[in-house]
Amino acid sequence: MEGAFILEKLILVVIVFTISLVIAMYSTLAERKIAGFMQDRHGPNRAGFGGILQPLCDGGKFFFKEEIIPAGAHKPLFILGPTLAIITACISSAVIPWGQTLTIGGREVVLQVADINVGVLYIFGVVALGVYGIMLGGWASNNKFSLMGAIRAASQSISYEIPMGLSIIALLMVSGTLSMGDIVAQQSGFVNWNIWAQPLGFLIFMVCAFAECNRVPFDLPECETELIGGYHTEYSSMKLGLYMFSEYINMFVSSALMAALYFGGYNFPFMYELGLSQNWITIIGVLVFFLKIFGFIFFFMWVRWTLPRFRYDQLMGLGWKILIPLAIANIVLTAVVIVVKDTYF
Amino acid sequence: MNFWERMYLPAIVKGLGITIRHFFKKIPTVKYPEEQRPYSKNFRGLHSLKRDEEGRERCTACGLCALSCPAEAITMIAAERTKEEVNLYREEKYAAVYEINMLRCIFCGLCEEACPKEAIYLDGPHVTADYVRKDFIYGKDKLVEPAFDIRKLNPEKTN
Repeated sequence: MEGAFILEKLILVVIVFTISLVIAMYSTLAERKIAGFMQDRHGPNRAGFGGILQPLCDGGKFFFKEEIIPAGAHKPLFILGPTLAIITACISSAVIPWGQTLTIGGREVVLQVADINVGVLYIFGVVALGVYGIMLGGWASNNKFSLMGAIRAASQSISYEIPMGLSIIALLMVSGTLSMGDIVAQQSGFVNWNIWAQPLGFLIFMVCAFAECNRVPFDLPECETELIGGYHTEYSSMKLGLYMFSEYINMFVSSALMAALYFGGYNFPFMYELGLSQNWITIIGVLVFFLKIFGFIFFFMWVRWTLPRFRYDQLMGLGWKILIPLAIANIVLTAVVIVVKDTYF
Repeated sequence: MNFWERMYLPAIVKGLGITIRHFFKKIPTVKYPEEQRPYSKNFRGLHSLKRDEEGRERCTACGLCALSCPAEAITMIAAERTKEEVNLYREEKYAAVYEINMLRCIFCGLCEEACPKEAIYLDGPHVTADYVRKDFIYGKDKLVEPAFDIRKLNPEKTN
């Protein structure tokens, strides 16, 4: 029993890990393709059919590039930076429920690596840890541009974690649980999706997710026009690749998070009315979940090629003066609605 | 700014609308090596040294093209035609060596205008890229148009 359980989880971990890496890999291609289409270009289309092998070529290039560690750099931390960035990016997918239960040979397999009862808190902890990779890398490079990028990353992620947490509090008031599995299970069907209960909360959460992923319009830590490359100015070879990769994995995970928390995760309309067996519901649910995730990834890229970067004071102003008051107002509003609903209906 | 403008959101939605419109637009890019745009009728490209109706080279190495060339891209060495070469060269004097430096040539077409024998025309495609400078000096092997049989070119006009 125990052995089978461990084996089952191990297989699930490997699958989730592989999927997130492959999606991150092909996000790079998708990003360039979408950038191309939005600018009336083709995007990369030479490597393989329609550019399908482009990520492999890029990865190969990263491995064969010369690896430079600057003379003034703090070597252990310089190496730790990208390592930490990619590890934190990868482990945050552990609590995301990918689907319901599959029955394989009389054994019920839950498609979630770990349904811990503080799943949301775990994700917040890991996301907050993620900025250490950038900070350490930027500081250890011994370069003023890198340091500037690291400082920006740190202050930006502190500023935007507050409204993100506050928007989640309102969501938790609606759902009444911190477990990711339960939050998604509550949103069965279509009308129960949290987006209908928390539209403002979702907007705040999404803006903060953009900021936490260091995506345009919040990519001030990188900011190639002012800071050359920001925190990864001094990085070369696969270390730079790991930073880029962790950015795309973060994007995948936060897309999954938005889909799971607000858009019903694996739930799809009429999932029980169609008369399908449980296994089929689960499989379609997983596909639907990934469809939602791809939708969000597309939205991330769509926004990237639409909006210019914020100025630094605008970024801080948006975080502290608009999003935090809005998030608090959202909590109050949610509380009032819940109380009114409980007393009068 | 009024309230709506300060919200940013309407402007952002508008911007997203513009980019998604471009996303579905037809892409004007031409995938060059596979697909080539047609040249215009008066396009001046790679030179070709012409042959006459009997397949003989028309150039008589008078040097007017080299003289007229503002970029000094053309050099030639003249030679006298022997008896056996009557079916190779139209005139008694011909260009034994005829070289155009494609890095110097500005494709102005003055050589074409200067030529009294209608021997040179800039009717080819682009000059293709190459790795070293010496490969851009095109000799007669690249410039002279391939030998042809005029009766096969216009079968209905000859018996």
